[in-house]
Amino acid sequence: MYVAVKGGEAAINAAHSLLADRRRGDRSLPSLTMEQIVEQLSLAVDRVMAEASLYDRALAALAVRQSRGDLIEAIFLLRAYRTTLPRFGTSVPIDTANMQIERRISATYKDLPGGQVLGPTFDYTHRLLDPALLHDEAVEEPSRKEPLPGATTRVSDILATEGLIEADSVLPQDEPPGDLTREPMEFPMGRDLRLQALARGDEGFLLALGYSTQRGYGRNHPFVGEIRIGEVEVEMEVPEIGFAVSLGRIQVTECQMVNQFKGSSKAPPQFTRGYGLVFGQSERKAMSMSLVDRALRAEELGEDITAPAQDEEFVISHADNVQATGFVEHLKLPHYVDFQAELALVRRMRADIEATQEENSSVEGATENRR
Amino acid sequence: MTNSSSNPLAPEQEARRRAAALLARARADELSTAWEKLPIKPESNPVRGPETGLVMVRGRIGGGGAPFNLGEATVTRATVLLSSGTAGHAQSLGTDKAKVRLAAIFDALWQEEQTAAFVESEILAPVEARIQEEDRQQAEKTAATRVDFFTMVRGDD
Repeated sequence: MYVAVKGGEAAINAAHSLLADRRRGDRSLPSLTMEQIVEQLSLAVDRVMAEASLYDRALAALAVRQSRGDLIEAIFLLRAYRTTLPRFGTSVPIDTANMQIERRISATYKDLPGGQVLGPTFDYTHRLLDPALLHDEAVEEPSRKEPLPGATTRVSDILATEGLIEADSVLPQDEPPGDLTREPMEFPMGRDLRLQALARGDEGFLLALGYSTQRGYGRNHPFVGEIRIGEVEVEMEVPEIGFAVSLGRIQVTECQMVNQFKGSSKAPPQFTRGYGLVFGQSERKAMSMSLVDRALRAEELGEDITAPAQDEEFVISHADNVQATGFVEHLKLPHYVDFQAELALVRRMRADIEATQEENSSVEGATENRR
Repeated sequence: MTNSSSNPLAPEQEARRRAAALLARARADELSTAWEKLPIKPESNPVRGPETGLVMVRGRIGGGGAPFNLGEATVTRATVLLSSGTAGHAQSLGTDKAKVRLAAIFDALWQEEQTAAFVESEILAPVEARIQEEDRQQAEKTAATRVDFFTMVRGDD
């Protein structure tokens, strides 16, 4: 007989109203505005957009506020919202060579067209808490300088001219890239699908895996060929107009990792590459992504697969924090019936063992009596 | 900043492309200000939307290789029909339906001979100038963070 247990509705309602109360916090303080979150917590907003795989700063800011700053909860909210919208189409692939640059650095070439441009970076700060930020002190206008004329060439294009670095993968004829949101995952998967999964993967997970390759678990001798951050145009074909038109611009972070490679039966000695591309300003994520992308190319390049970061199924199956949090956190939901069944099972096993032991000892006793 | 390299567009298509891009970038207040200034407000009927959906944004493996799906972005689009019979289309990132509906009306007005100059002078040119100014300011602030390397001579013999 199955008995459904009801109840908890009043408790749940009260819990949600308490949540709303705590979210608002001290009523004597002004409430956060969406604009404040977008402007002043912009990197949190960017992380939510990247891992929710949905570019919309206003909605990401709403999610950050609603989740009380719990970014994985915010990512979950934005992912859920995404499922309510129809898809109008796909963009023309964005052109990162044609970027309104906000930051661009290379660790492999000191002097390169466009130069080393630091942009708004935490690098070289002393990581000392700044008491000035305790108060609303006026911030000076940043300094300005005449920009260099000409385009900022991608480092991969500079290296490619020497032939010592692998070229960008050739374009397959009219084969549309795979889409994780449309087809179930199957392994092994193409690099296109892996990059889609990594681009929405958890920053902490990818950071740890990237770090593990540096510590020797699937070492691949990386150099930052280039990191660039800036806005690119998003264009989509509009049938009514008859060609692709711009929908506006989005900010992305791109990382080209260049890896020394001693060659294998499948490829000659050369520099190979790992690629990272992330919505918003998210350098740590783009770097981690490029390290893991390169590690996951082990099979393609004929390397031994010895480390977790090289294991495609392990990495891709565990990179999504919405899936991960769903499965981990479901453990706290009522499992009363499961547990009662397990409890009965353990009781029975215990009773069986005790009965066997008693039987054995009585047999032993009997043997002793016979002596 | 344009992506399409394959087929060069005819001049009139290029003009349409520019208008669509600038209408997509126009802010809601820029469009409503222009609407207020419009001497004769046209009647328009919605054909589709305004409606919000998604565009799957693609990148290229390694920056220049095969395409892959990076992630989605919100996009809002609208199609309107003026009483004159001209259809206007607009599409812009984000979820602002009122803005995109107005942009679609201006797209139709841009195609009509009597109002094309108005749309150019009251929306397209000012929006283009604003974007150029914003880009210039941002580029100058960024350029100030460019590293100027210099070599230090160490030791004296």
